[in-house]
Amino acid sequence: MSVVEDTQTLRAGTIGDSPARPDGISKVQGGYAFSSDLSADGCLFGATLRSPYPYARIVSIDQSAAWKISGVEAVITADDVPGQLTYGLISQDQPVFASDVVRYVGEPVAAVAALDPETARRALDAIVVEYDERSPLLDPETAIAEGHELIHPDGNLIRHQRIVHGNPDASGAVVVEGTYEIGMQDQAFLGLEAAIAYPDPGADGVELHLATQWLHEDQGQIAACLGVSDDKVRLVLGGVGGAFGAREDISLQVHTCLLALRLGRPVRMAYSRAESFLGHVHRHPATIWMRHHADAAGTLVNVEARFVFDGGAYASTSSAVLVNGITMAQGPYACPNGQVDGYAVRTNHLPCGAMRGFGAVQACFAYESQMDKLADACGLEPQEIRVRNAMRTGDTLLTGQPVMNVAPVEECIRETAALPLPDEPVGGAPLGDGSPNVMKLPGGAGRTADTRDIVRGIGWGVSIKNLMYSETFDDYSTARCRLTDGVVTLKFATAEVGQGFITIAGQIARTVLGVDEVVLDQIDTGVGSAGSTSASRQTWMSGGAVDAACRAARERLFEAVGRSYGIEPVRFMIDGTDVIDTAGDLRIPVSEASAGLEIEETVEYHHPETEDLDELGQGNCHTAFAFVAHRAVVDVDPELGLVKVIQIATAQDVGNALNPLSVVGQIEGGIAQGLGLAVMEEIIQIDGVIRNGNFTDYLLPTFLDMPPVLTTLIEQPDPHAPLGAKGVGEPPCISSTPAVVAAIRDALRQAGIEKPLNRVPVRPADICL
Amino acid sequence: MNNELFTLRVNGIDYEVSDSWLGESLLDVLRDRIGLMGSKGACTQGECGSCSVMVDDVLVCSCLVMGASAIDQNIITIEGVAPVGTPSDVQQAFVDAGAVQCGFCTPGLVMAVHDLLKRRGRPTETEIREELAGNVCRCTGYGRIVDAVERVSVQRRGNSQEESS
Repeated sequence: MSVVEDTQTLRAGTIGDSPARPDGISKVQGGYAFSSDLSADGCLFGATLRSPYPYARIVSIDQSAAWKISGVEAVITADDVPGQLTYGLISQDQPVFASDVVRYVGEPVAAVAALDPETARRALDAIVVEYDERSPLLDPETAIAEGHELIHPDGNLIRHQRIVHGNPDASGAVVVEGTYEIGMQDQAFLGLEAAIAYPDPGADGVELHLATQWLHEDQGQIAACLGVSDDKVRLVLGGVGGAFGAREDISLQVHTCLLALRLGRPVRMAYSRAESFLGHVHRHPATIWMRHHADAAGTLVNVEARFVFDGGAYASTSSAVLVNGITMAQGPYACPNGQVDGYAVRTNHLPCGAMRGFGAVQACFAYESQMDKLADACGLEPQEIRVRNAMRTGDTLLTGQPVMNVAPVEECIRETAALPLPDEPVGGAPLGDGSPNVMKLPGGAGRTADTRDIVRGIGWGVSIKNLMYSETFDDYSTARCRLTDGVVTLKFATAEVGQGFITIAGQIARTVLGVDEVVLDQIDTGVGSAGSTSASRQTWMSGGAVDAACRAARERLFEAVGRSYGIEPVRFMIDGTDVIDTAGDLRIPVSEASAGLEIEETVEYHHPETEDLDELGQGNCHTAFAFVAHRAVVDVDPELGLVKVIQIATAQDVGNALNPLSVVGQIEGGIAQGLGLAVMEEIIQIDGVIRNGNFTDYLLPTFLDMPPVLTTLIEQPDPHAPLGAKGVGEPPCISSTPAVVAAIRDALRQAGIEKPLNRVPVRPADICL
Repeated sequence: MNNELFTLRVNGIDYEVSDSWLGESLLDVLRDRIGLMGSKGACTQGECGSCSVMVDDVLVCSCLVMGASAIDQNIITIEGVAPVGTPSDVQQAFVDAGAVQCGFCTPGLVMAVHDLLKRRGRPTETEIREELAGNVCRCTGYGRIVDAVERVSVQRRGNSQEESS
């Protein structure tokens, strides 16, 4: 909160303004190079052979026919991995190539490089793999039951964690209970996985240009598998077409580098949409049982819960997703007692890991459904019970951790409630002939819904999200600031995935250093790690690093000016674009003050240390928290099971909106993904085989599915955040999902129909059958 | 795989395509044979609209059009909308309104919005949403894109009123 006070009136391009994205014009004109647009003279094309079975032993792999195809330059398998044979974000349990056993449909078995993509695909077809099929393990409860075969040397249980807090046997006058299920959601970024690897001369190192969320983590994992030191693997961020968690894990990185190093030529790999569904981790499906105890007035007494997350075949970040889920079991509500049991387990489903909301999404659907049940049982309105229990700064989680951040939960609810409800009737304002606008009806142009049958419902969702990494992880960020002749050059490895960090980085530099021109250096591993673009952390962490680097440069500038004018540096401050002496008359433009200077400062920003959870799930494991409320209005055709979301209203705890337009963009985009999970999006696997791995069958919200969003930003700068600004990316997609489902339940109730709707996405059959 | 020789007129320039295989999509020909990388591919099923281009004034998903079938037609891609560094009103409005995040859907959307505003000068919000429903954006939730379209619509009406007065 120190930068903001320097700004008395808002100068264009500084903090609080919403300047244009620096990459905006090149993106709208089609000139921006995404990683899938990168190529090089003489480059080869890689492709991956994947398992067709969810669980099988590999008997043999015969490459001979592939080698005979003209234009095939390399065929590689696990035998060709020179370093570590496995990788993984938390535990290294996932093979670069399966060698003895395949554990999910789509697991890589071999890769090829050829002169063109079609030849590469033919080479894949020519590789003969003999499998001995096994019965796949598909039920998470079976996976953790005693005595079941272990499908991985690390076991079927990825992590078990309990939380016991206060008096776990406490009860109250009102008890409600339910079991909730969340389906597997795909991040469905539009820019498919793609990378190009350039081998160094002599092929002892490699430079990889790729779309990722965390350059340095990839660097370490790739180097380990290549069997080289980290400095032999240099990563450059290619244009990233969205991420949402799906680029936090390794997909094609190691394969591309292996092929390039083997051949001594650049190699390009690019996934198709079908391959992308197999090639990255997804949101964990989960089954969550909860029992809430409250007194007659609706005040929470105790929360009991049991979580089972299906991690799929490999661990990825499952253990961290589990901890997020179980530690958020109470939601954004004060509760003195609790008992939670959580399991992340291994099955032969697609591997699951990070997706926007990361465990908090699953928990929220359960606890918000419970809060509605509690409201019903206590005779309270949905927002009343939420206000009554709203968490405040200083309240503790069930882990015993006090929430020390700004916690405006009640304000979020009240400000959301203050936003107007839709003023149009079902079907919108009648057209000239008095008929409804079918595009505003559930079912849309299909004209399947009749206005008379449609009921409108309203539902609420409120949530808490932890920001940054947890459980002792030091996810620091690094930034370098160079100041010379009034121009700032910033260098960082922060993955710009579309969220707009590159915009606010410039805003921070302009504000702190009083410059207008900010140059952004290439985003690569040529500077220290920035940590991952995930966990709503880059505004706080990399924003904090850029702020700190700019402040350090500013100190050097003040020292230089002080030497020139014989003034103590502490007397200087930046006023607009000038350096001024606060105890005298000196005022010189920063451009003049920095003329001929070459100031360069590199700073690491670390958040305070966090703790591990103990056996009873107690410990200050999280770094910081943010909150949000959502209210959804939906129109439902109960007979046909059709839903149209009419409006979403939200008030979000953002701390300090560094770039209000970007914040709104994150909020609206996140809500679209929450709506998708509520009523549209699910990866369907039958017997371990994905059945809808394409955009015809995996349904994404379109313009017509998304309603107008009304937004209020709750701006209470957080004293713990370097710029007062909380991360804003994840909260929008967390409680928007239960809000939509609650609105559907409300609509059905008005039609005299009671449906539990305890599973998302809600399908038409869940409503009408 | 027979290589076929044909000529495509893209953004007013004739490109001789000599290394395409018969049946290759217009999207792949534009990107991999001609080298115009502005059109994007994200689904190859005509579901997402990232590859939208104009073929003889008709908005199409170039992933669903056979490249060799587009001969003797005027193809306009995102690169042909406006000169580099001089964005069109739609392009500028996308930047100003915050309609761009990752930007992968943007070239296709810019094509679709130009087409929409040529056909309907004053689209309602519902019409905008209906017309653009073939273009998927995963980042923005569409609100800022609708705003960008409305900005251009208002701006063009203002311009035409000035011209007529």
